[in-house]
Amino acid sequence: MALVELRNVTKIYHLGGEEIRALDGVSLDIQAGEFISIIGPSGSGKSTLMHILGCLDSPTGGTIQLDGVMIQDASPRQLAAIRNRKIGFVFQFFNLLPKLNVLQNVELPMIYSGVSGKERRQRAMKALEAVDLSNRSKHRPSQLSGGQQQRVAIARALVNDPRIIFADEPTGNLDSHTGEAILALFRKLSTEGRTIVLVTHDPEIAAVTPRRIEIRDGKIADKVDERLAGLDRPLPTAPAAATV
Amino acid sequence: MSTPSGKLPNEALQQSSVNVWATVELGLNEIWAHKFRSLLTMLGIILGVSSLVAMSALVKGMEKGAKEALIAIGGLEEVRVEAQDLPIEEQNRKDQAVGITVNDVYALAANAPLVTRLSPEMRVPATISANGKTFRPFFCMGVWPVALEMNQHVIQYGRMFNEIDDEMARSVCVIGTEIRDQLWGSPEETGQDVIPLGRTIYINGLPFTIIGMFEHYESEQARKERELAQLEAQRNGGKKPTGPKRNRGWSGRDGGWVFWIKNATIYMPLNTAWMKFRAGVSRAAANNTGPGPGGATGDPRLSSLQVRIASVDLLGTALQQIRNVLMFTHQGLEDFAFRTQEDWAENINTFVHNARLSGGIIAGISLLVGGIGIMNIMLASISERVREIGIRKSIGATTIDIFVQILVESVVIALLGGLGGLVTSFLLVHLIASFSPTDNAPIITFTAMFVAFGFSALVGVLAGLFPAFKASRLNPIQALRYD
Ligand SMILES: Nc1ncnc2c1ncn2[C@@H]1O[C@H](COP(=O)(O)OP(=O)(O)O)[C@@H](O)[C@H]1O
Ligand SMILES: [Mg+2]
Repeated sequence: MALVELRNVTKIYHLGGEEIRALDGVSLDIQAGEFISIIGPSGSGKSTLMHILGCLDSPTGGTIQLDGVMIQDASPRQLAAIRNRKIGFVFQFFNLLPKLNVLQNVELPMIYSGVSGKERRQRAMKALEAVDLSNRSKHRPSQLSGGQQQRVAIARALVNDPRIIFADEPTGNLDSHTGEAILALFRKLSTEGRTIVLVTHDPEIAAVTPRRIEIRDGKIADKVDERLAGLDRPLPTAPAAATV
Repeated sequence: MSTPSGKLPNEALQQSSVNVWATVELGLNEIWAHKFRSLLTMLGIILGVSSLVAMSALVKGMEKGAKEALIAIGGLEEVRVEAQDLPIEEQNRKDQAVGITVNDVYALAANAPLVTRLSPEMRVPATISANGKTFRPFFCMGVWPVALEMNQHVIQYGRMFNEIDDEMARSVCVIGTEIRDQLWGSPEETGQDVIPLGRTIYINGLPFTIIGMFEHYESEQARKERELAQLEAQRNGGKKPTGPKRNRGWSGRDGGWVFWIKNATIYMPLNTAWMKFRAGVSRAAANNTGPGPGGATGDPRLSSLQVRIASVDLLGTALQQIRNVLMFTHQGLEDFAFRTQEDWAENINTFVHNARLSGGIIAGISLLVGGIGIMNIMLASISERVREIGIRKSIGATTIDIFVQILVESVVIALLGGLGGLVTSFLLVHLIASFSPTDNAPIITFTAMFVAFGFSALVGVLAGLFPAFKASRLNPIQALRYD
């Protein structure tokens, strides 16, 4: 059984009497351990798909099975618990809490799963080590560069040992060099066995992942446009940072 | 992975709750991050709590003063029996209405077991003079020695007259300090404590020998102030022979006049009053032109009779007993009435109740305004923190987690305000006490503090409910889009 099984998922928004089909009959399987990118132009429904996969939103129709659990009809409380334990999010705008320091930000998911203070600190430090930021644990997010902030966000996504990580345009707010470092970090995590879903509009970034799904107007395209997906070029080699 | 599809694993349902302390800490951090704003928000609660506590302290102080005065006149066990006009339908027997007489006293002593003390009083409207000065005392009356105990009098100098003085109708008297103050001057005026024992005083022109003087009566508050003033006068070198004037009791609005009345009293033996001033005693004699029946039978008529009953709880029964006896001795004529202190006690209670109510309303309004302030600031705060709430939800905070977080924050603000209010109430009470030192000192009670603090907590909860509800309902996706 696949880690994620989407069957005929639709999401319809109503805007002033007009019906917007943000997702239109999407079916998709994601296996455990896969590194997959969802690519498509802006407004094609990538974020909507990710929110539904990530239990932040409920579909209008269709079924979703995540880690053996049907989630389309789950209560908000159950969805919160699933987000907390099985899912890690990485966002374009990092979404760290500015009033908390780096360590406290990484500890946050464990607060909502009732982990004791001591264990929280240990696990948060370990996650920060994994993203190479353990020396910045007492800093505020505003004292860090964009790339560092995104690494803190990744550490936060990892800290509850989730089944799957969703990253929505994780490099969209970074310069290309820093973006590559973040991608390298994802690759490293992938080689460690993490399941990662990368959402992007950029074919060059999608090219990093072994599997790509293209989405257009809320539908999965039959065939990935090779040129658009950047597959006519060789895969970029991982930067040195990723091998640390 | 092997869970059958369609079911949620238990693990997902058993979301362990967030540590309460962590939430409180979160609230404190939030408050600390906006120190000035939080302080302004708390101000309403601070005012509400402090005014509640201070108000109740003031009322408590006045209540204590009033109760003290009540005890000074003998407490609730004391009942006064007085002559009264006959009811209309009995007016034809008016000439037989003898009033309260010494006979009645003996009859009651023998036949009313619930009466423990009997103190007949024969009031003499008097002008007294000595040392070239005159004065009209508030009370000048002939009494039995038991009057001392009945009216909570204490002899400080000399002695009370005894049964023999009464039997022999000796011209002796016992005076209150006000009498001495008026005739020979108060210690504050003369710089010395005049003890006029053995001196002669003229009551309505007849000479009497002073054989005793009561102590000076005053409220606890007045005594403390006088002692303090004395101490200060001593510390200032004691150059001035006249200290600050003693509070005569008139100035206090809380029953201080009771002490003045006690001080302006002069007692003589009952028989003496009867023998020397009998014309002035009889109410009937004042109304009738001819000699009253009291005069005819030689049964001394009293102006009133004070009795003490066994216990307040038996007041009704005791009064019935007295009534039965007197109806017999008065041949079925109800020409007497009872006066109890219950009215006064009732008045004290009504006053305390009203003061509490109005104070409570004022404090309640302050707390309400404080609560509105908190709600306002919490609503502003959550619209500032939409993104934070979205982030928290995306990493697993439940609706309830967010609800509790905002509610706790609101309660923490209110409780801090409540603590601030308790501290402020002490300052406030000191301030009020220093403004009006002659009044009874306010008494801050633990109950008032507890109630006020409890109310601040309640206000925090109520003010936080709506903002917390609003915050918890935020859609995380909308919240995250917020830029
Ligand atoms: N809350 C919403 N209300 C109405 N329309 C929405 C809402 N969210 C997304 N959409 C619409 O759904 C479509 C897909 O949006 P989105 O998933 O954000 O696209 P992408 O992430 O691929 O750029 C867009 O046409 C967008 O306007
Ligand atoms: Mg998007």
